[in-house]
Amino acid sequence: MKKLINSPENVVVEALQGMALAHADLIKVEYNPNFIYRADAPVKNKTAVISGGGSGHEPMHGGFVGRGMLDAACPGAVFTSPTPDQMLAATKKVDSGKGTLHIVKNYTGDVMNFELAADMARGEGLKVEAVVIDDDVAVKDSTWTAGRRGVGTTILAEKICGAAAEAGASLEQVRDLCKKVNAQGRSMGMALTSCTVPHVGKPTFALPEDEMEVGVGIHGEPGRKRMKLKGADEITELLMEPIISDIPYKSGEEVLMFVNGLGGTPLIELYIVYRKAAEIAKKAGLKVTRYLVGSYITSLEMAGTSITLLKLDGDLTKLWDAPVHTAALRAGI
Amino acid sequence: MTHVMAAKSLTSEVVLRWLENCAETFVAHKDELTQLDAAIGDADHGANMARGFTAVKGKLGELKGKDIGAIFKTTAMTLISTVGGASGPLYGTFFLQAANGANGKMELTPTELATVFGAGLQGLMSRGKAAVGEKTMVDALVPAMEALKPAGDESLGEVIGRAIAAAKKGRDSTLPLVAKKGRASYLGERSAGHLDPGAASSVMLLEALQKAEGATS
Repeated sequence: MKKLINSPENVVVEALQGMALAHADLIKVEYNPNFIYRADAPVKNKTAVISGGGSGHEPMHGGFVGRGMLDAACPGAVFTSPTPDQMLAATKKVDSGKGTLHIVKNYTGDVMNFELAADMARGEGLKVEAVVIDDDVAVKDSTWTAGRRGVGTTILAEKICGAAAEAGASLEQVRDLCKKVNAQGRSMGMALTSCTVPHVGKPTFALPEDEMEVGVGIHGEPGRKRMKLKGADEITELLMEPIISDIPYKSGEEVLMFVNGLGGTPLIELYIVYRKAAEIAKKAGLKVTRYLVGSYITSLEMAGTSITLLKLDGDLTKLWDAPVHTAALRAGI
Repeated sequence: MTHVMAAKSLTSEVVLRWLENCAETFVAHKDELTQLDAAIGDADHGANMARGFTAVKGKLGELKGKDIGAIFKTTAMTLISTVGGASGPLYGTFFLQAANGANGKMELTPTELATVFGAGLQGLMSRGKAAVGEKTMVDALVPAMEALKPAGDESLGEVIGRAIAAAKKGRDSTLPLVAKKGRASYLGERSAGHLDPGAASSVMLLEALQKAEGATS
């Protein structure tokens, strides 16, 4: 294992300390329990929006704390769900009295820990709603599995819900908006290489030089299939086909296209993917009116990409365009 | 010849000893649980359980003389805030719900114990939304809690012994199953042929209780 760390035990805390120093104008960090929160929290008369999950997916979620997006983020150990005391403490810190939305990615541990946190917060008289994001079309959505995983749409939901909350939406309105974004967003990813969890010290899975994992999860979970490596255009087709065919689109419908890097793939390659994805969308009769390209939801140093398509309408487009000021996403200010 | 009376009730002292045993058990079996989890999950169950119950052990000093409900509540909150993953909320919820029926009680009769643990299991099942046969800790715990219900004037040792036998049988039944809950479910058919690590840790919890109870009877 070759990593720029001091010791595996201190990875999360030392990264939080660095974030707090680098972005002191935007965020503050609390330790034991760990959470990142808006420097100006609680924001008066604003519905709070919180997310969280295992560390190792940076900039998600801590990089999205700030005006127009998240009020707080709770980082767990690398690839391990945060514990309810973190979400409870964060909820208490940022709640203005208007209530708090928890945006949760669909992993068994995350869902249970957030549920417990919501129970505890309600027990203390706070208003909490939760929405679970499950947009990964690589996983069969059936009662026989834990359901689809939450991936790229999470970030779009955080941005859009954060904008609505900033504009004065109620807790119920922000919750319903989050459900709508989840219903209209679909994602799929692929890996060229594995990643190494610091406290494990060896790669999560072995992937030969000439193979790739299609449909991989953000913790290196197995995907749909392992196959021989192909060119960027063919890989993009393999991802776009299941995404586009999963929900019905009308001809001329507007979409947001998000091409994401998993941590070890350079931007130059992501643009090659975007080029083909845009061509496929156009052929399918879709109109890409908004986009995001970059590494926003990662799996440590994994090389690979994921594509997310979000069906837009006037409201969602307006909220996507609203000002945002966070460590990792900054626009309109 | 002296006749040793079998213990009729679970006292708060035995509960404290049980939790201490749990810490020792999970530290000793950490690698075993981690290996089970590595096969079908994310290889953190052993470390998570050892960390959680070691944290519980650290709180036992301040719980001396407290009632069983208070001991269970502290155990629950400590597990919830230290274990992480799915097993933290699940075992935490078990102790949290069990605590409700044990409030103010310094000891539990076998019948009361079955009721209290039954409530814990109900809480755990509604949190995890798992049923028997989905390759989870529920496969060990459901038959165990059923076996825990005393018939007539049985001693605590007898019912716990029966519960452990049922739990082991349930644990072993997970071997051929295809996981339908948790991260193992992403593996589909590939999850068959492995024991469920949560069912294995459930058996260990009950064995630690037997060891604590056996030391008094």
